[in-house]
Amino acid sequence: MMTPVILLVTMGLISGVVLTIASKVFFVPVDETVSQVREVLPGANCGACGFAGCDDYAAAIGADHSLSPSLCPVGGAATATAIGSILGVEAKAAEPKVAFVKCKGSNDNTKKIMEYKGVQTCAAAKNFYGGNWACPQGCISLGDCVSVCQYDAIRICDGVAVVDRDACVGCGMCEKACPNNVITIAEKNKVVYVACNSTETGAKAKKACQVACIGCKKCEKVCKFDAITVENNLAKIDFEKCKNCGLCEKECPTKAISNLRVKKTISTAPTNKEQKVKAAKAKG
Amino acid sequence: MKEILMIMMSVALVNNFVLAQFLGICPFLGVSKKLDSAVGMGIAVTFVMVIATACTWPVQILLLDRYNIGYLQTVAFILIIAALVQFLEMFLKKFIPSLYKGLGVYLPLITTNCAVLGVTIMNIKSEFNFVESIANSFAAGVGFLLAMVLFSGMRQKIEAANIPKAFKGVPITLIGASILSLSFMGFSGVVQGIFG
Repeated sequence: MMTPVILLVTMGLISGVVLTIASKVFFVPVDETVSQVREVLPGANCGACGFAGCDDYAAAIGADHSLSPSLCPVGGAATATAIGSILGVEAKAAEPKVAFVKCKGSNDNTKKIMEYKGVQTCAAAKNFYGGNWACPQGCISLGDCVSVCQYDAIRICDGVAVVDRDACVGCGMCEKACPNNVITIAEKNKVVYVACNSTETGAKAKKACQVACIGCKKCEKVCKFDAITVENNLAKIDFEKCKNCGLCEKECPTKAISNLRVKKTISTAPTNKEQKVKAAKAKG
Repeated sequence: MKEILMIMMSVALVNNFVLAQFLGICPFLGVSKKLDSAVGMGIAVTFVMVIATACTWPVQILLLDRYNIGYLQTVAFILIIAALVQFLEMFLKKFIPSLYKGLGVYLPLITTNCAVLGVTIMNIKSEFNFVESIANSFAAGVGFLLAMVLFSGMRQKIEAANIPKAFKGVPITLIGASILSLSFMGFSGVVQGIFG
């Protein structure tokens, strides 16, 4: 009974000893910078930095110290500063990025043209006439983006994907997963964007969705910063030129342009002071 | 000598591990995109197969058979192969870093490559002696390398070809693999023809 146990343990021990000796003999010195950089990276391996993963980014920084330390949007300013201090340079924090859903095709704004009963993913549904919805270029809403999001930052609400801008780190996984290219990644400080992806002609787009971009070019004309161009019946905002003024949103006849800036609302309820004055008047 | 040549020919061409026995499909599909990494993988697998056989055959004969504990074969062989692959990984990292980088994640995958475990177990099952086992393993590795090289050539042609959208990617790769496998069936009578 004991023989097999002893044999197996001995074999394990011999393997262990041989490997330990080999690890000493074949030791390859690793660039210290690479391991230090790798340690401060978040390890999300999302690829938003443009490299295959955190390991690759760390190796690239090790090979080329002039590479920007602020390419990681997940780690943000803290990671950039940490990498900067390892490299001995001052790091400018990466501009935080966030996902934008270029579609407002909710249940109220558009309609379903069929009941798709196949594999419940956007990619599969897209193969069947572009999915359920009247607009074949809009959000298919079967949640391919939701399933890839590691930060629980995207939901399907009322038939369209909605991004939680506080939770989103701009890793771009959803952008890659979306078969209709409805999701795009842009800087978080940009709040005005075109929430439509349809390149159909005006009448056709409007028939499919009430809030579709009809390519009327009104936004293009009203923009003072030359930031909007209409191509293929779809307005496109150049985020580098856009100043978030929101004029285009006001001008848009179909409300296809969204402005996320919280608007100041004037309260109509009486203030405490007004109430006291009223009460005093009533008393006479 | 004739017997050894016969074993080698039959395992490399007729009973090719990948194309006839369907062992080691993961690296076959995963690393065959580029010719140089396919060759590297083939050589690495051949090397591991030969060394694994050199280690497992004596273990089987001197330990497992002697103490009548043949049921430990799979566990013991997996242990030996895993340690060997770790060793190979360290060796390549030190001496051939370009190959180490090229093989990437597939190098540790040799640990769980069923072709390596398969060849060691088949050597015992076929009751080969030590020299025959080594020859068999070497030829199995060469057969694997041959399949990898041929298939990577095919895949590079496929990349450039204008194929229907529905077949692009995995479907055409699998169809290509099956056609290559069929073409290897043509070798079935060769060994008997030469040595028979």
